[in-house]
Amino acid sequence: MDLIVGQLFTGLSTGSILLLAALGLSLTFGQMGVINMAHGEFIMAGCYTAYVVQQAVGDAGVSLLIALPLGFAVGGAMGLVLETLLIRHLYHRPLDTLLVTFGVGLILQQVARDVFGAPAVNVTVPEFLRGGVDLLGTTVPKTRLFIMALAVVAVAAVTLVLRLTPAGRRIRAVVGNRDLAETAGISSRTVDAGTFFIGSGLAGVAGVALTLIGSTSPTTGQSYLVDAFLVVVAGGLGRIKGAVVAAVALGTLQAVFETYSTASLAKVGVFIVIVVFLQLRPQGLFTLRTRSLA
Amino acid sequence: MPHRFKRRSGPTARALVASAAVVFTAAATAACGARAGEEAAAAESCLDTSGDTIKVGALNSLSGTMAISETTVRDSIYLAVEEINAAGGVLDKEIEIVAEDGASEPVVFAEKAEKLIREDCVAAVFGGWTSASRKAMLPVFEDNDSLLYYPVQYEGLEASENIFYTGATTNQQIIPALDYLAETGVESLYLVGSDYVFPRTANAIINAYAEAHGIEVLGEDYVTLGSTEFSTIVQQVNAAGADAVFNTLNGDSNVAFFREYTNVGLTPEDMPVMSVSIAEEEVGGIGIENIEGQLAAWNYYQTVESETNTAFVDAFKAEYGSERVTSDPMEAAYNSVHLWAATVEAAESFAVDDVQEAAGGIAFDGPEGTVVIDGDNNHVSKTARIGEISADGLLYTVWESEGPIEPDPFLDGYDWAADLKVTD
Repeated sequence: MDLIVGQLFTGLSTGSILLLAALGLSLTFGQMGVINMAHGEFIMAGCYTAYVVQQAVGDAGVSLLIALPLGFAVGGAMGLVLETLLIRHLYHRPLDTLLVTFGVGLILQQVARDVFGAPAVNVTVPEFLRGGVDLLGTTVPKTRLFIMALAVVAVAAVTLVLRLTPAGRRIRAVVGNRDLAETAGISSRTVDAGTFFIGSGLAGVAGVALTLIGSTSPTTGQSYLVDAFLVVVAGGLGRIKGAVVAAVALGTLQAVFETYSTASLAKVGVFIVIVVFLQLRPQGLFTLRTRSLA
Repeated sequence: MPHRFKRRSGPTARALVASAAVVFTAAATAACGARAGEEAAAAESCLDTSGDTIKVGALNSLSGTMAISETTVRDSIYLAVEEINAAGGVLDKEIEIVAEDGASEPVVFAEKAEKLIREDCVAAVFGGWTSASRKAMLPVFEDNDSLLYYPVQYEGLEASENIFYTGATTNQQIIPALDYLAETGVESLYLVGSDYVFPRTANAIINAYAEAHGIEVLGEDYVTLGSTEFSTIVQQVNAAGADAVFNTLNGDSNVAFFREYTNVGLTPEDMPVMSVSIAEEEVGGIGIENIEGQLAAWNYYQTVESETNTAFVDAFKAEYGSERVTSDPMEAAYNSVHLWAATVEAAESFAVDDVQEAAGGIAFDGPEGTVVIDGDNNHVSKTARIGEISADGLLYTVWESEGPIEPDPFLDGYDWAADLKVTD
């Protein structure tokens, strides 16, 4: 019983971390089709935002609350700059976008190394998130509960924005059929920039949250990038719902495999499952029906 | 027009695969390039000893995941070189450092080592950290008959004529750590490590030791280098309820591991963690609140009490800032430069053959105590120390060996290790 509850929780927790890292990507990659290899570095920027705020404010709890929105702004601003200066000129050229953003990612890593130094920095966990809670016989770290809650909030917020706001409607219209949306008077450029801002901002938020469990170093973002892409691809491009289901499924799969083998073998197992799954269902879990002719 | 529509469908799985293929092909080509270069090697050294200066190489990762650790080693190499130059140099020549970035990639280490030897014509190279980087450089130094001074504790089972190992081998770090744990009454262990050669070999040794000494190993887990997902592993460690954890994780993984460990409520009193890759530099990044009271096994701590160490720490802080700390690999790197200089002075020559000939018995009074090169295996004798991590972020010795331990990289002196011999 302990084991099952523990595994279930670990699966959800790992899934929520994956989801948080992948949510922004499911907007920029999933909705816009931009392969942004610098997404991991936006997460890293969020981590360092948390660090800088904590250095300035002092109190770990207050600084976390400030860092979350600020991380969104920092990530979003970086995404906006990247979109305006580079990606905008490379739409419809996925290979070039991949290489350019990969380069931007390396530059950002080196900048972080020059500014903050190569060693990892420590972001202190606020007092109220330290330790664990006993839940049905297993100890659950509070930091992980916080991240799960944050993931739920972030998904809800994105869904609401996409569903209910005029801006969200415009995003969905552009994803559905760009030409028709433009004919209806929507500026697809503005919408693209806005989508990229939100997507990158979410990476910043993820970064702030991930300082609670992981390290903050110039290479932090890289460890989340591949998993984030896996989640988006397995979930089906363009579907937030897909990303949620895929993240939880992959997290649980990883946790279950890990219990019965080792962590590195579990990773292999997860990759095999994804490869087989994509062979059978190349479009991912959910597909987006668009009115484009492709 | 039709293909404009087609493009708009966004990247497909095929586009992704194609992109990945481009990246991987580029990496593979780079790797092949390095290998082809090695084969064309001519073993003639181009070392020039006619001028007033003598070049040595400093090959450390200044970028990538290992930069966190290796930049500190580079700093102490520079410090040692400055000291030697201030005292008149080696054989009256000023030492000039040629620095290269190994970029945390073994292939790059091999390439840069080749460049330092062939193009820069250095007398010796100092650096390397991961065993993978050392293994990649080993053939380069052997083929070119040049010298590498490797300053980091490692998994043993190696002795090259062209490498001087100034960090601990297993019988100077891991075995003393196990002895200490056994002495304090530990009867069961849980092993956690990164998935590469050092933790795998270290754990093979630990398993053999445990079997011979009646210690039970309750579990053994590996994570990929850089992994930050420790939920399952820490749960399993907790459930297994061992007396202690032996931790061979490397780099950033330690941060995530110790945070998870503390958060599920495990303390050094319940289940101490003995780490072999966490030194003063790493404690800050992990956060003292997550690691205070845990144990580490090394040969040197900043807090070692001796006049030579006080002088070393003061000189280091004066050079690089008072907030900096000194650690074991830094000290071993510092010693390695001094040992090389002392050997060259004794040999009265920079030639590799003469240095190898003269090396046995060369001693240096280093911050950890006197270290002596063992001419049979090119390792050095070292004092083993178990340290406890304290609230000020430093490690304090709680146990130390009676004097320096002779290096025994193949564990010939241990009966229980007879089955471990690796020949490659």
